[in-house]
Amino acid sequence: MSATADTHAHDDHDVHHHKETFVTKYIFSQDHKMIAKQYLITGTIMGVIGVLMSIMFRMQIAWPEQPNVLFEALLGKWAPEGVMDADIYLALVTIHGTIMVFFVLTAGLSGTFSNLLIPLQIGARDMASGFLNMISYWLFFVSSVVMVISLFVEAGPAAAGWTIYPPLSALPMAQGGSGMGMTLWLVSMAIFIASSLLGSLNYIVTVINLRTKGMSMTRLPLTIWAFFVTAVIGVISFPVLLSAALLLIMDRSFGTSFFLSDIFIQGEVLHYQGGSPVLFEHLFWFLGHPEVYIVLLPALGITSEIIATNSRKPIFGYRAMVASILAIAFLSTIVWGHHMFISGMNPFLGSVFTFTTLLIAIPSAVKAFNYITTLWKGNLQMNPAMLFSIGLVSTFITGGLTGIILGDSALDINVHDTYFVVAHFHLVMGISALYGMFAGIYHWFPKMYGRMLNKNLGYLHFWVTAICAYGVFFPMHFIGMAGLPRRYYTNSNFPLFDDTANANVVITMFAIVGGIFQLVFLYNFFVSIFYGKKAEQNPWKSNTLEWTAPVKHMHGNWPGEIPHVYRWSYDYSKPGHDEDFVPQNVPMKDGEEELHH
Amino acid sequence: MTTLLIFIIVLFVAVAMWQMVKIFDLAQVGASNNQVATDKDNTFNGYMMIGFLIFIYAITIASFVYLGDLPLMSNSASEHGPELDNLMIISMVIIFIVQTITQFLLHYFAYKYKGEKGRKALFYADNNFLEAVWTVIPVIVLAGLIIYGLFTWNDIMNVDESEDPMIVELYAQQFNWKARYGGDDNVLGKANVRLIDLDRANILGIDEEDPNAKDDVIVTELHLPVGRPVLFKMRSQDVLHSAYMPHFRAQMNCVPGMVTQFGFTPTVTTEEMRQNPDIQDKVANINALRLERKAEIEEAGQDLNYQFDYLLLCNKICGKSHYNMQMKIVVETQEEFDAWIAEQKTFPNSLNK
Repeated sequence: MSATADTHAHDDHDVHHHKETFVTKYIFSQDHKMIAKQYLITGTIMGVIGVLMSIMFRMQIAWPEQPNVLFEALLGKWAPEGVMDADIYLALVTIHGTIMVFFVLTAGLSGTFSNLLIPLQIGARDMASGFLNMISYWLFFVSSVVMVISLFVEAGPAAAGWTIYPPLSALPMAQGGSGMGMTLWLVSMAIFIASSLLGSLNYIVTVINLRTKGMSMTRLPLTIWAFFVTAVIGVISFPVLLSAALLLIMDRSFGTSFFLSDIFIQGEVLHYQGGSPVLFEHLFWFLGHPEVYIVLLPALGITSEIIATNSRKPIFGYRAMVASILAIAFLSTIVWGHHMFISGMNPFLGSVFTFTTLLIAIPSAVKAFNYITTLWKGNLQMNPAMLFSIGLVSTFITGGLTGIILGDSALDINVHDTYFVVAHFHLVMGISALYGMFAGIYHWFPKMYGRMLNKNLGYLHFWVTAICAYGVFFPMHFIGMAGLPRRYYTNSNFPLFDDTANANVVITMFAIVGGIFQLVFLYNFFVSIFYGKKAEQNPWKSNTLEWTAPVKHMHGNWPGEIPHVYRWSYDYSKPGHDEDFVPQNVPMKDGEEELHH
Repeated sequence: MTTLLIFIIVLFVAVAMWQMVKIFDLAQVGASNNQVATDKDNTFNGYMMIGFLIFIYAITIASFVYLGDLPLMSNSASEHGPELDNLMIISMVIIFIVQTITQFLLHYFAYKYKGEKGRKALFYADNNFLEAVWTVIPVIVLAGLIIYGLFTWNDIMNVDESEDPMIVELYAQQFNWKARYGGDDNVLGKANVRLIDLDRANILGIDEEDPNAKDDVIVTELHLPVGRPVLFKMRSQDVLHSAYMPHFRAQMNCVPGMVTQFGFTPTVTTEEMRQNPDIQDKVANINALRLERKAEIEEAGQDLNYQFDYLLLCNKICGKSHYNMQMKIVVETQEEFDAWIAEQKTFPNSLNK
């Protein structure tokens, strides 16, 4: 708490200054840096829950219907005598997906780093609206709490898959999880979407209006470009999911027929007539696909920044990188149908979506090649953040390439909803985005907490995680190509798939080891907050503005005037300078050219 | 018990690693305790990058060697199957070439240019020619794949009605499949879930007044004559299901409230497929594996000996027993099929009076 008094000494100029209490500083804080930390901690807790769930259902897949102490301890009545129940298996799969996609990789990633970096990197005192920002976090917190509460309802949590396709999700008689559990899921998501929209609007307004003098759009670090475009996609697509959720709530509770028609279940005909589940699929994926990029783009932005800084080189092809972010963002909103090739929609639409989908490979390829070229002839500083960024490029390539198969409507017929899909999207968006998040944490931990993380634990964390990620998801492509459907509680009713059983055991082993080694990270993270080595102001010798701000957090970010910007953020190893970095606030020398324009 | 053992072993390994790092850290206390990478770290991690590249290649090769015979990349059993498999193989080859090269460049550069104190990186911000190269090459490759893919897709999805396909309804409900044949007239009688009458055993909701329904045949095992085009009409009575027939490279969702369709021509009878050497190897392998789990399998009441059969499985999450929603498919000669279908009850005869 002495930090508060200390920073206030520099803080007299700040018109927003007011006396801080514990509550306004740590709980209902309107300071973007504190809100970023709140997002990170909440996202981390949700992440632990999500990963734990995945380890449990992986154990069930590897050793089906075997008693397991872990199940007995954690699942209670859902694991009579330690054997996992089929309903809770589907629930675990569903909630794992929901938590990881929305709560960890959307709110945890975007929420943390957009909040932390947008004001600091563009040179603003805070977000455009600190109050909305605070509301945004607390709505996220409430939605997290509702989601966690939904795990404990009598009939079980939502279990219709994270895509919650009706009628399964709409009819309580179709499945236990479609009762109270699904209601809470929908309520939680509705609150989550409100939170996400408030956050995104704030990011957009801040980036457009509050850039410091000299910070033109073409001088923005790629992180900010990524966060900005992500926020735009979020504002365009999240409301559509909200409408889908609201219509589904109406079908569930008020007897409307938006998504339901001609249903006979449990011995009776239901009254629904004229709706279509395919409509829901369209609405869901209109968000669902852009969501992939909402998750991935911030990670790519973070990676761009970290790879350039640690290569001591400018990012290669800055304008191409910005253009590819914009291209990906645009294309991401017109490809959703590739999730629905075999949903019963018109095959001609399938052709159109195949075309747009494969186009996305082009800007993605540009990004991958530009990262690789940035490494070329660099002076690579192998900090943990750098390792995770290189790891991201690796999984982004591996996972992205199989998208060429899934995006092709003809090939999708045979691998749709198999483990091939699971392997693909976990590598390209799950692991990649997670690496981006880890990279960001390792890189900006000194900025967030004023202390350093232990690098050796970081190396251990990275290498084990990297090996386990490939160990889990690489062989998974092959069992998918063997035709093994996802979301099967056990494969033992299909002798046809018996030869995939050993591979599944290996995959689960990698998953368990990988999961356990995340404890190394958690240990490093929480211990370093209190006992880490004190950070210097600019430990990575970076060019961006956040490293010109004092280590100790203060309202308004900079004592005195906000730094002016004279150059882009990638002047690393620029000829004519002694140091191998030139921060953005250093004026141009006489006759020096701004090369990237 | 095995689970527990493995769990404990993993835990021990984790603890051991943990301790090693602790020693590693303590050993560093004397040195400058800087958390920023030193040249030593750069070198170590540079070598690790090469090690990791080898790991990626190794796991690729291992997957092909140990799991490569799993995929259904060959031995399709439908007319469009080889075309689709061909496209798959072309895509896979392209993917593996790109994967091998790009992963090499990424990790090799990470090793080659590992940081050294005093060295300065090359200031190299842009090159329009290079950018153009790696924009245009993917464009050309993808254009080829898109065109090939769309032709294949159109081929598969456009059902040629002039070939007089046999009409078969696939009917999905939690958690089983039924199939309905149009009978002699090859026309399915009208049906709607509102007509379902469980007391009369009209479980598919077929309109008893419709003359076309008089010769319909409802079965729980799908038989198909080899070489004859078949057009499936999919219906579901409750939630979404997906009719997945992997051997025929066929899949389509079953959507309540609408009829979806998918057509193909089976080309290999079940008997012929059982004689296929690849399939025989696969079956022998599976049976060897099943022998190891003898007790477990017999306890579950399954046949220990597995024999190859085509399958229709549900591939869209549909509730608790989703994992066991399947139907056997038998492909046979026209004569065998005719004999089989003649034995089946027609719809009016299957009703309770």
